[in-house]
Amino acid sequence: MKKYLYPLILLAFLALLPLVVESNYFLHLMILFLLWVVIGSSWNILAGYTGQVSFGHAAFFGVGAYTAGLLFQHLQISPWWGMALGGVVAFLIGLPFGAICFPLRGAYFALASLALGEGIRHITTIAEGFTGGMMGIMIMPTFTSKVPYYYIALGLAIFSVASIQAIINSKPGYYFVSIREDQDAAASLGINTTLYKNVSLAISAFWTGMAGALYMNYMGFIDPHVVFSLHDYSVMAILVAIVGGVGTIYGPTVGAFIMVAFQEIFRTGFFGLFEYLGKATGSSIFTTLSGAIHQAHVLGFGILVIVVILYLPNGVVGDWEKIKRNVFRINPAG
Amino acid sequence: MAHFRVEKLVKKFGGLTAVNDVTFDVEKGEIFGLIGPNGSGKTTTFNMISGVYPPTSGKVIYRDREIQGMKSHRICHLGVGRTFQVVKPLGRMTVLDNVIAAAFSRVNTMTEARGAALRTLEFCGLSPVREVLAKSLPIAGRKRLEIARAMATRPELLLLDETAAGLNPTELVEAIELIRKIRENGTTIIIIEHIMHVIMTISDRIHAINFGQTIAEGTPMEVAANQAVIEAYLGTDYA
Amino acid sequence: MDVFLQTLVAGILKGGLYALIGIGMTLIMGVMGIINLAHGQLMMLAMYVTFVLNTMGVDPYISLFVAMPLLFLLGMAIQKFLLNPLIKVETILPENQVLMTVGIGMVLTEIARFAFSSDYKYITTGYANQTFYLGNISFSMALTIAFVIALAFTAVMFWFLLKTDLGRSIRATAQDKDAATLMGVNTGRITVVTFGLGSALVAAAGCLLAPVYYIFPDLGGPFTAKAFIITILGGLGSTVGAIFGGVTLGLAESMGATYFGMEYEDIVGLTIFILVLLFLPGGFKRLTKV
Repeated sequence: MKKYLYPLILLAFLALLPLVVESNYFLHLMILFLLWVVIGSSWNILAGYTGQVSFGHAAFFGVGAYTAGLLFQHLQISPWWGMALGGVVAFLIGLPFGAICFPLRGAYFALASLALGEGIRHITTIAEGFTGGMMGIMIMPTFTSKVPYYYIALGLAIFSVASIQAIINSKPGYYFVSIREDQDAAASLGINTTLYKNVSLAISAFWTGMAGALYMNYMGFIDPHVVFSLHDYSVMAILVAIVGGVGTIYGPTVGAFIMVAFQEIFRTGFFGLFEYLGKATGSSIFTTLSGAIHQAHVLGFGILVIVVILYLPNGVVGDWEKIKRNVFRINPAG
Repeated sequence: MAHFRVEKLVKKFGGLTAVNDVTFDVEKGEIFGLIGPNGSGKTTTFNMISGVYPPTSGKVIYRDREIQGMKSHRICHLGVGRTFQVVKPLGRMTVLDNVIAAAFSRVNTMTEARGAALRTLEFCGLSPVREVLAKSLPIAGRKRLEIARAMATRPELLLLDETAAGLNPTELVEAIELIRKIRENGTTIIIIEHIMHVIMTISDRIHAINFGQTIAEGTPMEVAANQAVIEAYLGTDYA
Repeated sequence: MDVFLQTLVAGILKGGLYALIGIGMTLIMGVMGIINLAHGQLMMLAMYVTFVLNTMGVDPYISLFVAMPLLFLLGMAIQKFLLNPLIKVETILPENQVLMTVGIGMVLTEIARFAFSSDYKYITTGYANQTFYLGNISFSMALTIAFVIALAFTAVMFWFLLKTDLGRSIRATAQDKDAATLMGVNTGRITVVTFGLGSALVAAAGCLLAPVYYIFPDLGGPFTAKAFIITILGGLGSTVGAIFGGVTLGLAESMGATYFGMEYEDIVGLTIFILVLLFLPGGFKRLTKV
């Protein structure tokens, strides 16, 4: 049971957090973190474990969000049903998505998934009568406090990570990894590769869709540009998994933490540190720097992508040995 | 009806005819050898049998059932296993995990699969390296892993594609032993091999092809003495 | 009928420019198998170079001689320092190289935004904004010039790849890297040069496009998408295919805009892309073996 020690400690910490912390801002960040744990872990099932690198996962997030939003707006269906249905509809979208993309291998799959993600964004924008087009959807959030949303997000995160854990040590899990390692060999071992790739996608799309639906309920407002965003969702999901460690159970969790923190640091200029320094010293350099840092967060992301891929391609969790050696100068004995 | 039959198999790739009207029968419990110079169409024949691609025309009949054109995974479930000439280890999985993945074709729970895999590893002599990553194995180990994986799917007919290439003399002896053991265990074997010593020693019958066409069939002695076979191999060393 | 002919002309002229965008990418994809999601951003940089030179009074068509070498060098540097090292890295996901280009694209876009802000910039030239008429059909001067120059570049590339040593080395590397190495081709150097070439070509497209398009940091994305569609349509590594792909896309967009409406332009492209991926995976090249 030792290997569950760290995760359990983390879990306890997360469960107790809202009781101790009052800051809404902080809770908001944590909710974002938990959402990315779900999205990153789901993407990881399809890409890290089954080897199908999707560049279009925003499609499932957005579809989940729109399902929840539209159901509430047109049919007054409770957002909680909306969440479950968001996952289901995302899974349904996954079926044609898979049918189109899975016959393609490697980088072509990546491209096709990117094209589909963008395509769904365009369709949502154009179908104004149904989706509200560029105006998006606005609904009243059910709760005024952030705490319930936090616990729902936490529940979603726990369930998604636990389900991944369960799958990995089972027949589907073995089949996913076999497909990743060598599709032809897998087929010769009796694995129906098409079926299992679709199963992997179904699970992945389902959880991502639920995350999208939760986002709709939490934020109260979405539009196609936001929820189907290539950079903010598709690429971010990839980053979360890669920075943390693809093909590992807890990699995306670590990655989600790093990416949300990173994003926030940039957005606020080290949490307002530079601004504070500017006021404290009266020097305008700090204020300018603060503004520059704020603007530079996408630049920072780009650089992060480049650095991670060059030096830490297996992520923090995957390349942990490498990090220990080079950063902490810990050498394994012998 | 023979246990396994390949009938008038033809495979064309665009303008190239790789296999041209090949027919042979294999009896249950036999070790049936398939020989021919490089590029003569042996692996292509295997690929058609195991469902990698369908034949352009012709039939593959296994236990009275036509299986040509079926997908690989279905053929595996029917009881036909194969190894690949260029080995395909599931590199980032351990030897044990490789075989567990294969064992899942016959069972559904983790415990059963693990048990079956451990037994198969034992049978194939791979138990000592079971926690090693497949990609770290030397070539002899990888070839043996190919066989172990195929065996874990409990094949009734096993297609071995050049499992002896690249092995040193000691490893060759061990490989021959393993193949014999597999036959004694009740599996019918069709074996493609380049190393004459191996195939002549263990085959009951041999079918020789060149440029996609049959040139001889018979016992090892008969085939070795056949004029057409000698001509096809002129210049090739016998191991 | 006139509307139809007008649409046709507009599509074909645009197609020439698109072909130039596509050639760079098809070369990179065909030779190195590299999916360059920063292709449009390279073009964007060239357009800014043209803009800067324009404020100093330099004609955009002269800027070709500055932007192309600049982007050539940048392309080589990217391949040498950021992409070549990836070949040796051991990771689970082979698509790291695609992601790397995403990162590069983001960096280039943000640098441009930092230097020039997000405002739309324009290039003014005297003659390029004019149109001339053949019968009732108007021809945009700038697009026509672009079409002619694009065709010229395509012809040069065709000749280069077929007749020069360097060109042949590139084709050899594209067909079989290991065999090429064994025959004395320095494939490391070839990949660097090829990326440089691809970048220079898309830079040329940028200079040619600048007189008739507005310049802003985010224009890279849509043009990268177009480059892909053209490459997949035409077949990897085929210069003639790029022409076919470019003209097809130009025509399709033109027709889509005229007969369906402006907002359908992007969907047309995406639909073609997916249809080609599904039904004609080899692209035009497969149909004609050129």
